[in-house]
Amino acid sequence: MAGIATPPSQIVPPPVAPPTVAARTRTQPAPLEPAQTGVWLAIGTICMSFAALTSAMVVRQGAAPDWRHFQLPYLLYVNTVVLMASSATLEWSRRRMATVPVGAASGVYLTLALGLLFVTGQVVAWRQLAAQGLFLATAPSSSFFYVFTALHGLHVLGGLAALSYVLRRLRRIAGPVPRAALRAAAVYWHFMGVLWLYLLVILATRV
Amino acid sequence: MTETTAQHHHAPPRGFLRTHVFSLDHKVIGKQYLDLALVAVCTGMLLSWLMRFHLAWPETPIPGLDKVSPNGAAGGVITPEYYLALMTMHGTIMVFFVLTTAPFAGFGNYFLPIQVGAEDMAFPRINMTSFWVTLLAFLVLVSAFVVGDGPPLSGWTAYAPLSAVGKDAGPGQGVGQTLWAVSITLFCVAQLLGALNFITTTLDLRTKGMSLARMPYATWAWFITSVIGLIAFAVLMPACILLILDRMAGTSFFIPGGLVISDRLQPHSGGSPLLWQHLFWFFGHPEVYIAILPGFGIISQILPVFARKPLLGPRVLISCLIAIAFLSYTVWGHHMFLSGMNPFSATLFSVPTLVITIPATIVTLLWIGTIYGAKLRFTTPALFCLGFVSVFVSGGISGFFLAQPSIDTYLHGTYFVVGHFHFVMGVAAMFGIFAGTYFWAPKMFGRMMNETLGKWHFWLTFIGVYCVFMPMHYLGLAGNVRRYSAFTDDYLKPMIPLHRFITIAALFTGAAQLIFLFNLVRTRLRGPKAPDNPWEATTLEWSTTSPPPFDNFGGRPPVVHHGPNEYGATGAAGDYVMQASPPSARPA
Amino acid sequence: MGKLFAVVVTIIALVSTAIFASHVWWLPVDVSAHGPAIDRQLMETMVTSGVLFVVSQLALAVFAWRYADRKDGRRVKIFPGGAVPMVVFATVLVGAEVLALTFVGSKVWAGIYQTPPDPNSLQVDVQSEQFAFYFRYPGADRTFGPVHPERIDEGSGNFFGLDPANDTTARDDIVVPSLVIPVNRPVSLTLRAKDVGHAFYVPELRIQQDFVPGLTVPLHFTATQTGKFEIVCTQLCGLGHYNMRAYLEVMSQEQFDQWLRERAAEQ
Repeated sequence: MAGIATPPSQIVPPPVAPPTVAARTRTQPAPLEPAQTGVWLAIGTICMSFAALTSAMVVRQGAAPDWRHFQLPYLLYVNTVVLMASSATLEWSRRRMATVPVGAASGVYLTLALGLLFVTGQVVAWRQLAAQGLFLATAPSSSFFYVFTALHGLHVLGGLAALSYVLRRLRRIAGPVPRAALRAAAVYWHFMGVLWLYLLVILATRV
Repeated sequence: MTETTAQHHHAPPRGFLRTHVFSLDHKVIGKQYLDLALVAVCTGMLLSWLMRFHLAWPETPIPGLDKVSPNGAAGGVITPEYYLALMTMHGTIMVFFVLTTAPFAGFGNYFLPIQVGAEDMAFPRINMTSFWVTLLAFLVLVSAFVVGDGPPLSGWTAYAPLSAVGKDAGPGQGVGQTLWAVSITLFCVAQLLGALNFITTTLDLRTKGMSLARMPYATWAWFITSVIGLIAFAVLMPACILLILDRMAGTSFFIPGGLVISDRLQPHSGGSPLLWQHLFWFFGHPEVYIAILPGFGIISQILPVFARKPLLGPRVLISCLIAIAFLSYTVWGHHMFLSGMNPFSATLFSVPTLVITIPATIVTLLWIGTIYGAKLRFTTPALFCLGFVSVFVSGGISGFFLAQPSIDTYLHGTYFVVGHFHFVMGVAAMFGIFAGTYFWAPKMFGRMMNETLGKWHFWLTFIGVYCVFMPMHYLGLAGNVRRYSAFTDDYLKPMIPLHRFITIAALFTGAAQLIFLFNLVRTRLRGPKAPDNPWEATTLEWSTTSPPPFDNFGGRPPVVHHGPNEYGATGAAGDYVMQASPPSARPA
Repeated sequence: MGKLFAVVVTIIALVSTAIFASHVWWLPVDVSAHGPAIDRQLMETMVTSGVLFVVSQLALAVFAWRYADRKDGRRVKIFPGGAVPMVVFATVLVGAEVLALTFVGSKVWAGIYQTPPDPNSLQVDVQSEQFAFYFRYPGADRTFGPVHPERIDEGSGNFFGLDPANDTTARDDIVVPSLVIPVNRPVSLTLRAKDVGHAFYVPELRIQQDFVPGLTVPLHFTATQTGKFEIVCTQLCGLGHYNMRAYLEVMSQEQFDQWLRERAAEQ
């Protein structure tokens, strides 16, 4: 078998000039963006992880009579409002980017600040629980509480890192407007809020 | 779904580190994964030789082993705990770092972007991160050999509470087991990032004309495998985190109360060992399809090339792969028929387990039907494809027995199971990897592998694996329990001669792999130069140079006008149409 | 090369099948009441699988032989009917076999694991631990004393953690290292695990069941022949897993009654 690269009768035609990506203007719709696909896939997989933990919680609760219900710290509800507000500021920032790109930065700053406030608030809530004697290993209910809030918090920190990256690009004088990156980060951030609402409900009803 | 062109425009890498070590190029990353898998498979094989030697001649010292492992093999004789540690590491290394890494992360990374006509994966930096996290996971795992009292002994399945209570349960159950859990957690992260990349690239970066219907079958298989992985690894990761918490933070997710281990009442209560099993197998069963599905894709891709005719029923094939992927999530309980879960669940789980045989049978028949009326060229990759069909039939059929709870009552926990999963994973999936290596070596390394050595490798391996793994079914039918480090029961002693036969076959077959290793290394160093399309194949990787330039197509993304299946009627030279050929091209 | 492949595959298929059929290595004689149903299910599966196995391997062999490229300009042939016969065969024939096996098999399974034990069963408690099995009979009061894990003491032989001083029902419990039962009498076991997961397996009885720490798992059967059989552990439990066994002794009712009397006297 001699190495035949291409059948002699078929010659690959001269290359077509690759389409260039036009500089994005606000009148052009965004093309298919890998960042969006990636973010939605990430959301899917994170949902799956939390679904597994939810089912683990349900099974564990039924496996033994040692659940030990406790009251969720009220601070959690305050933190929830903070997180929702941060989603609002992020959306406001995205709207501004359409008209005043450089003005969008202040919205992202605000979101970052509120996000950090949320994480801090969660840590404070943990300390409140600890003061009541509820630690990670105290009871299965507290175990799941800490595991859920810790994992959510870690993912929020990831979201904050993504927002910082967008901020860095927003503040650059040259370079394209990071519309796709902001959109992807925003979808992820809103998901963090939705996920938190879900966790709040299952924790409030079961813990 | 409209196709769009990839616009990565990353400049060619500069400097040795950027080009060869911390590369963003999916081709380099793919080769790095393959090299990692190569190291892993050599390690895993070595462990299996030690295990088999011990089973055949338990009292005979192995020269040099006492230097390597003075605790595990004083005087060169493997202790029971060391046997189980070797077994645990063998399974873990093979399943994760060979069977998930080579066919999926390795070949998939290298060839998926090229086969869809893209310049690179959608997220090159995440791709690089995935590899380095996988490597880190491997290093963490093998470090268990040199810490504390050695690697864990709870098997790759790490059932609780044995794996969860800590060092009271036995040697290796201290630091060793924790390292195992950390390693697997890291591995999950890496694979999730990888799956993200594969799916996004397949959906968003296909070149003009590359519709989903025109995608090569290997690409379809990698795509579907990624979807399975995205869900499966997302479940294993939290499970391992909970396991680590049970071990280190005093929680009781998997550990019930009232356990007395090493004369100590364990300070846990209320946990459920079955919960671990459910979480693990919900991952574990899809995992074995992650191990084999790329092989299905690779075989479906390579067989037509050497049959010189189209794959029979490509749309049926894809539908079956999707059906198998979907069903793989419904069958996990068949690993747990006798676990103590509600016995009615066993019947429930057995139904989809048996139903999954239907698409598996269809794909096997499609391959056999492709060979019908073909004009077969018996190259090494072709032989491994044919061998794949044979061993997959053998492995699949034994599954038929285990899928039925009433029969599993007898066969569970015996060598019948060991024979079954080694045939489908250790042999069939490996044959897929071999076929892919021989087929794609010219493209990856720009050099042809030696055909004579390849054929010797095939024949010795093909006959060897049947000698190793078919007898395990006989042992299983006789009730030979698995995971035993020695056969001291009255009814097991008569099986030892058959075990000796298996061991000798295993050592010979293992030695035959040296031919492959030698061939591979020699090819990479100084094999004969390969042309662009030595096999007269149709898919996009064969339209570019061997090896491809850093952006795969030299700045000129191909435009696709044909599917991957266009072969002519006579199988003569040139009698085929490549995917990037002009629209009017027909087979000669 | 194609011919070589065909020959090798044929030899492999025929030799392996012959060894299966010759029963050189095979199930031991069945001594249980439910065993024949399992054995029938196994044989049915073996015959169907055997046929499928041989036919597929031979088809592969024949095609590899016949359809080598002999460079004779012969045209390739598409399988008659294309993919349709494959789909039909797999769905109809394999599907039908699958349905049949599931239907019959689920009855066999339910008969062993989903039916309650006979009310006249001999009750035996089983404790599994790293690395031994112990068995407990309820004694004359026909009641098992409660178990207290914190009282388990290997040294004094208190494997179940009984407290005869405080629990009257525990005083006459008989604890032994072998499972001794009368033939043709239903036996109902309760499986307990002291430390990690274990399993109970007697090949001749065609029965197997995991022990789950934290749960008590029921298992029942009837032995139909006398004899001495090995009970082995099939759930990886630590370094002594390979050596974890006990003996099942099936004897006549009279011999069993005698044995029980002797044990009761010793306790």
